[in-house]
Amino acid sequence: MENKTDTLAVRLFGSSISYMRKSLFRILSVGPIPNHIAFILDGNRRYAKKRNLNEGMGYRAGFLSLMTLCKYCCELGVKYVTIYAFSIDNFKRKPHEVDAVMDLMLEKIQGMLKEESIVSQYGVRVYFIGNLELLNEHVRQAAVKAMEATSNNDKIVLLICVAYTSTDEIVHAARESCEAKRARVRSSGAREGNEEELKVVDIERHMYMGVAPDPDILVRTSGETRLSNFLLWQTSNCVLYSPRALWPEIGLRHLVWAVLNYQRVFPLLERRRKQM
Amino acid sequence: MFLRWLEATILDFGDEMHKVYMWIWSSGDLGLRLLWHILHLILSTWYFIIGLMGSVESFLISSGLFKRYRDLDISKVQYLAVAIDSDEALQTLKVLELLRWLEAIGLRKVCLYDTAGVLKKSKEALTLLLKNERMSSETASDPLVEEKCLSLEVISFSDGKQAVAKAADVLLKKHYLSSNTEKPKLTESDMTDALGAIGYREPDPDLMLIYGPARCHMGFPAWRIRYTEILHMGPLKSMKIGALIKAIHRYTMVHQNYGT
Repeated sequence: MENKTDTLAVRLFGSSISYMRKSLFRILSVGPIPNHIAFILDGNRRYAKKRNLNEGMGYRAGFLSLMTLCKYCCELGVKYVTIYAFSIDNFKRKPHEVDAVMDLMLEKIQGMLKEESIVSQYGVRVYFIGNLELLNEHVRQAAVKAMEATSNNDKIVLLICVAYTSTDEIVHAARESCEAKRARVRSSGAREGNEEELKVVDIERHMYMGVAPDPDILVRTSGETRLSNFLLWQTSNCVLYSPRALWPEIGLRHLVWAVLNYQRVFPLLERRRKQM
Repeated sequence: MFLRWLEATILDFGDEMHKVYMWIWSSGDLGLRLLWHILHLILSTWYFIIGLMGSVESFLISSGLFKRYRDLDISKVQYLAVAIDSDEALQTLKVLELLRWLEAIGLRKVCLYDTAGVLKKSKEALTLLLKNERMSSETASDPLVEEKCLSLEVISFSDGKQAVAKAADVLLKKHYLSSNTEKPKLTESDMTDALGAIGYREPDPDLMLIYGPARCHMGFPAWRIRYTEILHMGPLKSMKIGALIKAIHRYTMVHQNYGT
């Protein structure tokens, strides 16, 4: 009898919190809601140290925060969420650390493929963005499988940047543009091809992040104010927000604060977007 | 008995919450708009209070009250970037005052950026005014005059994405159209060299200060801000030297691990 009441109490309390959150989102929706929010997941290791946990637990706590935040973004009406999961620079970390992150990633990607996963529940389409050739075979294959399996989901798009840096993305796009141009020159003849120089649209067509519009808000947790080679090309008109909370500590209040700040400067951003 | 009472209370609470939620949903646009404006009023009030506190702090910093701000290790800031909103960049005298402050603090290499290229038009005037001020305050034969000069780089939006496209074109002609290598392996250093070949040889800024209404880098050349610390200073018209000193001091305390 006591157990049933406890479960009922927990469920009703949960529903009340859910109602309050949805009411708050309904109020926020009076103003412009960002279409795309990007997150730099900084502070997992510091969180583990702060709570006397081993490093792996810091990343797991970070994953729970990620799922919660994705849920909130979906409820708010955000269409694209990008996360900086693993940078090319992070490969320089100690091998056991890199392996721990890769193992966790593999575990979570395989979890996504299950029917009852949060990804299926919320209709999340997943993209893995970055130089996937740098990942080990298992993780890369799982990533490709997850992208195929979620290709029909259409509620929200989650872009997971792994083995990614902005400069690598730019060089990759330049390389692809050059190869495409060379192929056009060879097939159509030298006279026609050489008259055109490579333009910004050619580069942008081959960017990894070309599958999504530019982000409206970029959140980097743990109070750091640098972009660390993340979405440098795409954030010309993006509001940067650096809450002091570590990534596993991020919550609804940070998301609401970010959206309110975005709404505050939205007219200016729209004007700049038209001018650019 | 107690458990039954608890169960009933929880169910009532749930009913109340459901009623509030349905009221918010059905109250229509007017009620929602009012609540939305209240939220934004709270945000504006918060920023007003932060602004007041910031003004007091800036005043105290510029009075030299805090020891840590007096002993600023300026050598850590090798290259400073200042991104200014294009509308605000039209206030040339304010920009000149900012450059004077930066020179007085001890900075030697500064990059000015604005999206529309307003600062490029005022670059000559700014350089001339700074030079005249220096000449009038020091003797012409002073050998240290040249060392104390502020080296100014001025760039705009066209020096960002378009520069990368031009650099890619250089790489196309060098590695693709003139060679038979099937798939040349382009690297980041090839891109850096190509950018250097078309005139972009300045180093990456360590710190970027944004003067404008929004915390946004406004299209500053992407290739150069990989690890740049970005701080928002607020509108140019309310710039304060104390806030500038605090921002530079904050930068000197940052430790970067570059992803490791």
